[in-house]
Amino acid sequence: MSTLIIKDLHVSVSTDEGMKEILRGVDLTINSGETHAIMGPNGSGKSTLAYSIAGHPKYTITSGSVTLDGEDVLEMTVDERAKAGLFLAMQYPVEVPGVSVSNFLRTAVTAIRGEAPKIRTWVGEVKEAMTALHMDPEFSERSVNEGFSGGEKKRHEILQMELLKPKIAILDETDSGLDVDALRTVSEGVNRVKENQDLGIMLITHYTRILRYIKPDFVHVFAGGKIVEEGGPELAAKLEESGYAEYLPA
Amino acid sequence: MSLATTNYLTPTGREEAWRFTPLSRLAGLHDSSVELADRISLSARGVPAGARLEIKSGEEAPSLSTTDDIVIERVRDVAQQVLVLTIEKNAEIAEPIFLLRKSEGQAPEASRVQIQAGAHSHATVVVENVGSAVLAEEIEINLEPGANLRFVTLQEWDNNAVHIGRHHAIVGKDATFTSYVITVGGSVVRILPTVEYSGPGSSADLYGLYFATDNQHLEHRIHVEHKIPNAKSRVNYKGALSGQSARTVWIGDVFIKATAEGTDTYELNRNLLLSDGARADSVPNLEIETGEIVGAGHASTTGRFDDEQLFYLQSRGIPAEEARRLVIRGFFAEIVAKLKIQSIEERIMNRIDAELEEAK
Ligand SMILES: Nc1ncnc2c1ncn2[C@@H]1O[C@H](COP(=O)(O)OP(=O)(O)O)[C@@H](O)[C@H]1O
Ligand SMILES: [Mg+2]
Repeated sequence: MSTLIIKDLHVSVSTDEGMKEILRGVDLTINSGETHAIMGPNGSGKSTLAYSIAGHPKYTITSGSVTLDGEDVLEMTVDERAKAGLFLAMQYPVEVPGVSVSNFLRTAVTAIRGEAPKIRTWVGEVKEAMTALHMDPEFSERSVNEGFSGGEKKRHEILQMELLKPKIAILDETDSGLDVDALRTVSEGVNRVKENQDLGIMLITHYTRILRYIKPDFVHVFAGGKIVEEGGPELAAKLEESGYAEYLPA
Repeated sequence: MSLATTNYLTPTGREEAWRFTPLSRLAGLHDSSVELADRISLSARGVPAGARLEIKSGEEAPSLSTTDDIVIERVRDVAQQVLVLTIEKNAEIAEPIFLLRKSEGQAPEASRVQIQAGAHSHATVVVENVGSAVLAEEIEINLEPGANLRFVTLQEWDNNAVHIGRHHAIVGKDATFTSYVITVGGSVVRILPTVEYSGPGSSADLYGLYFATDNQHLEHRIHVEHKIPNAKSRVNYKGALSGQSARTVWIGDVFIKATAEGTDTYELNRNLLLSDGARADSVPNLEIETGEIVGAGHASTTGRFDDEQLFYLQSRGIPAEEARRLVIRGFFAEIVAKLKIQSIEERIMNRIDAELEEAK
């Protein structure tokens, strides 16, 4: 049982006009096995929240805290956060030319598990996970995310999540750019990992579409850099009806 | 031995051909202030059936091409003997022929080498340069019709070596020349990979990889001369620089003369800057005198290390140092993977890793 606790998190980015505050006091607790949907309009700071937890150097934490099972996440380097059990499926996965998917996955798994996986079981493990996500085995030999379609990038993110076995995963707009079939495949992947590994999930999305496949336990409305309303799945239904208009500054 | 006096041909640094080169660090190779020994420090690790290695006199092995490079002219003056590697006609030699140069601690050297690839022969020649030499060399390579030669030079010098070289290929009818110039060592290395064609249907693929750290100047001046019709050239050089005094120069001169109808050429240079202050000059130069060509193009990019790639890898648990290594290996992978000589691939990448480690 793991718990991610975000307390009064304030985050700024540096711009040409100086520091600009994006997150204005975020409070959120996620336990293993729980799915929290974070829903909000474009530009409300959802990706900023995700990147700040993962440790992207662009974002400066000005106050607040993030802990995972009592450990101070903000004190950790980016790779230490991953080793501690955090995973971020990115909205825009990065291309790494010349580094094959298989080399990348093996290097990452070795780093996270602290030892190289046994060759024989590892090959099988990767194959099985790829098949479940309807990924062609030839993906292993391609460069990381290079020339991948939007849907292929998202499958690749979930593939990594399945192999790296995090405690808490943040999925940033994993649904964007997916057609219905891909959305179903990717959602099944997320649900599988959640069930097998008792994963806690922060599901960031703009639309309610993905919530038909991944059922949230909690829904948080995010606007202006903080959570402005919280509830159960019924809140998503309400957003489906009326959108974010009432949360936006008039 | 000869000690020529400085004359009006001595480069001053203002000449187009010398403007990037740090003359003061050339150990006198350019201004004749140093005596050059006529020595052949290259030796074969073994000469397979179908090939022959001989030492000939300058009269027996006259120059196959013209040059206007002052240092190469001097090499021709000084070197009275020529190392000649002959690949026999129709020979199919699967294993690479390794020529190892070791001139540790010896006097500055002028060296002439010729490689004769017989008609329809297939071979790979690898020149390995190690140690701390001061070397001025010329390697002339002649491909008879239908020959296929892969030519690899490895500049794995210690970081105080000075090396000026011209590697000139003459590519015959329907012959295929592929070169790999890998430069990771040396204080100053200035290599002129040059190509001309002697028959149509011929092609030259020139690949290069260089990695410079502090106090290294690595210069590659490509010159491809298309005079013969229906010949092809491809150039792809990739370089990375780490350390604020690291310098690289890449010049890509491709000339398509009026007689060279049906020419197909493309050249590419990419540089990756790993630290502030490092400087990569990249000058593609395409001159076209006929419109009757298949294609001609060039591209050149010099960019900084992409922190987003680093973040992505780190966010998967990969420590920063290892992530950096992966990205750099990935950058060079395109070139290295084409070599298909595994022992060398590993060695080059390990050297780069080690220098990165040191440069930290
Ligand atoms: N480097 C930056 N410079 C200036 N503004 C930024 C920078 N990064 C993000 N922002 C701003 O922060 C806000 C939140 O962005 P983001 O977290 O990407 O929102 P979301 O993911 O909810 O669409 C936006 O208004 C965006 O323009
Ligand atoms: Mg976003």
